[in-house]
Amino acid sequence: MDNKSGFMRDAFQKNIRQYTMLFALVAIWVIFTVLTEGIFIRPGNLSNLFLQTMTVGVVAVGMTLVIVTGNIDLSVGSVAALAGAVGAYCQVRLGWDTAPALVAAVGCGLLIGLWHGFWIAYRMVPSFIVTLASMLIFRGAVLGVTGGTTIAPLSESFKALGQSYLDPIVSAAVGIIAILLFCFFDLRRRFRRVKYSFTVPSWPLQLLKLALGAAVMAAFFGILVFNEGVPYSVMLVLVLAVIFHFVSNHTVFGRHLYAIGGNADAAKLSGINNKKRILQLFTVFGGVTALGGLVLTSRLNAATTSAGQGMELDVIAAVVIGGTSLLGGEGTILGSLVGALIMASLDNGMSLLDTNITYQYVIKGLILLLAVWVDMATRKK
Amino acid sequence: MSEHILEMQGIVKEFPGVKALDNVTFSVRPGEVHALVGENGAGKSTLMKVLSGVYPFGTYQGKILINGQEQPFHSIRDSEQAGVAIIYQELALVKQLSIMENICLGHETARHGVISWDEAHLKAKKALDMVGLSINPSMPIQHLGVGEQQLVEIAKALAKNARILILDEPTAALAEGEAANLLKILKNLREKGVTCIYISHRLREVFELADRITILRDGRTVATRNKADLNEDKLISLMVGRDLTNVYPWKKREAGKSILEVKSWSVYDAAINKTIADVSFTVRQNEILGVAGLVGAGRTELVMSLFNIWGRVTGGEIFLEGRKLSLNSASDAIQAGISLASEDRKRYGLVLTQDIRRNTSLASLPRISKYSVVNGNEEIVAAEKYTHDLRIKTPSIEQKTMNLSGGNQQKVVLGKWLMTMPKVLILDEPTRGIDVGAKVEIYNIVNELVDQGVGVIMISSELPEILGMSDRILVMHEGRFTGELMRAEATQEKIMHYATGGK
Repeated sequence: MDNKSGFMRDAFQKNIRQYTMLFALVAIWVIFTVLTEGIFIRPGNLSNLFLQTMTVGVVAVGMTLVIVTGNIDLSVGSVAALAGAVGAYCQVRLGWDTAPALVAAVGCGLLIGLWHGFWIAYRMVPSFIVTLASMLIFRGAVLGVTGGTTIAPLSESFKALGQSYLDPIVSAAVGIIAILLFCFFDLRRRFRRVKYSFTVPSWPLQLLKLALGAAVMAAFFGILVFNEGVPYSVMLVLVLAVIFHFVSNHTVFGRHLYAIGGNADAAKLSGINNKKRILQLFTVFGGVTALGGLVLTSRLNAATTSAGQGMELDVIAAVVIGGTSLLGGEGTILGSLVGALIMASLDNGMSLLDTNITYQYVIKGLILLLAVWVDMATRKK
Repeated sequence: MSEHILEMQGIVKEFPGVKALDNVTFSVRPGEVHALVGENGAGKSTLMKVLSGVYPFGTYQGKILINGQEQPFHSIRDSEQAGVAIIYQELALVKQLSIMENICLGHETARHGVISWDEAHLKAKKALDMVGLSINPSMPIQHLGVGEQQLVEIAKALAKNARILILDEPTAALAEGEAANLLKILKNLREKGVTCIYISHRLREVFELADRITILRDGRTVATRNKADLNEDKLISLMVGRDLTNVYPWKKREAGKSILEVKSWSVYDAAINKTIADVSFTVRQNEILGVAGLVGAGRTELVMSLFNIWGRVTGGEIFLEGRKLSLNSASDAIQAGISLASEDRKRYGLVLTQDIRRNTSLASLPRISKYSVVNGNEEIVAAEKYTHDLRIKTPSIEQKTMNLSGGNQQKVVLGKWLMTMPKVLILDEPTRGIDVGAKVEIYNIVNELVDQGVGVIMISSELPEILGMSDRILVMHEGRFTGELMRAEATQEKIMHYATGGK
C-alpha cells in the first residue's frame, strides 16, 4: 500500500460486492427513469421511495447483525405489528401522550428481544425455531391487544413519525451538518493515522474522496429539501444506520458479533461470552423492530391486525441482497440499506408502470435469486 | 505394462497471481510406495488435486499418463474410474451413516436404484479385511476413533478398485500407536500390489515406508531419489533449499520458580463418558513442560477443562503465582494470564473469514479499547508487530486468514495469544500439519517466550518434538498422569511405556 493506485485497488477490491449492488441500484433507477419517461427520478417520487424504504430499512439495519452472528429472526413482522398495536392502544384506548406510548412500544420490543435471546443463547434452541414460534405467538398477541379490530386514529405527533417532514430549511441545515461531520471525521481519521505514521492516501485522492462523499450526500438531501424536507422516518433510519455502522466496525461488541458469526468456537476460546453477546444483540434488535413497527403504524395512521405480514421476507431479502452471508460472519449495514432501496425501487417503479401484480412478485423473486448468485460468484474470487 | 503406472509430465497450474505448479514431473512405478514431500505451499496438494481431477483437464497444462495412456480427467469420477483414489487430511466420511454405507457411498450396490444391503455388507467386509479391520460393517462411523476412520477411508478407496492410492498427511491426526498400525497396513497393501503416493511431513514415516521419494519446492520438482540415497538431513535440505542445522533448537536453561500449579484436578464429561482423575502438575518459569500421550489420553480435554470449556470440574484447584484462581470461562483465564492455542486452528483458532488484523486482536480487544470503542490504529500497530515478529508471509495484515498457508495460519494463532501477554501459554499440537521450516520458526518463537519468563505447556503427539523441545515431560494415559521424565532421562521407549499405561 504505497501508491495511489494501490489504495484505489484495495478499496475497490475490498468493497467490490457493495459496488456491484450500488451499480445494480443505479441501473434499476436508470431503467425505470427511461421507462416512466422521467417520472421515477422526480424529487417527489424519490422522496416517496425513501419513505417506502424506511420500515424495511429500520429493521434491516438490525437484522444485518443478527444474520452476521449466524442467526435469523422470522418474527419481525409480528413483533413490529405488536409494538405498533401497543403504542396505538396506549394512545387511543388509554389516552396516553405520544412519548410514553412510544416508550411502552419500544419497551415491549426490548422484552420480546430478551425472550428470544434467552431461548436462543441460554436454551440453545435454533433462532429459526424460536422466532418461528414468536411469529405465531405475537401475531396472536396482536389480535389480543387490538381485539381483532383496527385501532385508530392516532394523534398528530404520533403520525409525524411516519408521515411528517422536517422543515426544508432545517432539513438543509441537517444536510450541511451531516456533510461537515463526514468531512471532519474522515480528516480526523487521516490525521490520527499520520500520527501513527501509517501511510495515508495522497491529498488529491483524499479530497476526491471527500468531494465524492459530500456530493452524494448533497444530492440525497437536495432531493428531499426540494420536495418537502427530510421525513422524520428517514432521519431515524439514518441515525440508526450510523450508530449500527459504528457499532459493527469500531466497538468490542460489534467485533465480537462478527467473530461469533465467523467461528463461534474460536470466539469462545478467545474469551468472548457468546451467550451474553447473543442475548444483548437480540434484546437491542427487539427494540429496533419495535421502532420499525411504530414507523409502519404511524404511516398507516392505525394499528391493524395484519400489519407487518410478510415483512420478515422483505427484510431478509434486503439484507441478503446487500451482501450479508446467511452463513454468518460477513455483512455490512450500508449494504443492507442499499438492498432495502433496491427492493423498494422495484416496488415503486413497477407500480408507476402499472405492472401486473403477478409479474411484480415474479420479478422481485428473480432479482433476489440473481443478486445472491452474483454475490456468491464474486465471493469465490 | 509400462515402467510407470503413473506419469505426470510438465504440469503447470496457475492461480491468479501465483504459479502453484511450474513444470512438475512426477512418475510412480507400479507397486511402490512413493513419498511426496515438500514444505507447505510447495505444491503437493495442488499436484494431487490435478491428478485426482479436482482441477479438471484444461485448467492446467501438461500430461497425465496412466499405464502409458494419456488421461484427460474432467472430474473426480473420471480419475476414480482410472483407479486413482485420494484420501484427504480432513476425513470425508459421513458420520451419521454406517461403515458399510460410507464404503459404498457413490458406488452403491444397487439394481435399478434399489440397494442390495447383503451385497453391500459383503463388499464392505471384504474391503475392511484388506485393511485389517475386523469390525461390524453396520456400525455407525461416529463410534470409531480417528485411526479407524482413516482405515475405513482406505477400505472405501480399495472397494472402488483403486490401484493408485493417494494419502495426504494420513497420520497427522493419529497418535504414535495408531500411526504405526497404519504404516503396517500400508506395507501389507504394497505386498498386494497397491501403488501408494504418500504425502507426509513426518520424515521418519517417510523413511520407514517409502521406496522412492520426490521432493517439491516452490512448485517445482527438485528431485526424485531412492530412499537408500537419502538421509533425513539431506532430505530436509532438499526440501527447504538450505541446511537446517538443528530441527529442535533447544538450549540449556534453568527452570525458575513455579508459575502455575494445578492440584488434584478432576473432570467428568457425561456426553462422551470421559474422566480426568486427580491430575496434579506444576509449570515453572523458563521451562517447556511437554505433555505426551496417545490420542484420546485426555490431554486436550485436560487443558480445555482448565478454561471451563470442557466437561464438569468435579474437584481440584488452580494456583497462578501462588494465588488461587477460579476460572469460569476462557475470558477469566485470559485475564488471569493463561492462554491456550488449540490443536485445531481452523475450528478453534481462527475466524477464517476475517483478516490477520482482526484475528490477532480478537482475544485482546478490551485492552486496546476505551469505553468499548476499539482503537483501530493501536490494533494495526499490534497486528503489524506480530506479523513482523513471527515472520508471517502475507502481502498485508488485511489478508483473510483463509488465504494463508497452514504454517502462517498457525503463526497468526500464536500472534493472537502472544498479544494477550500470557504468563502461561498452553500450546496444543503447535506444529500439526505444518512444514519443517515453519516448525523451526515456531520453536524459536517458543524459546524466546520461555526466555522472557513465560511458562509453556506443549502438548504433542509427535515424540521427536516432545523429546526435542521439552525440559520436562509428563505422560498421560486414560485421563491420568502415568509418568514424569526429565529431559536427560527421557527416551521414546520410556514415554511409550507410560503412554500405554505402564507403571
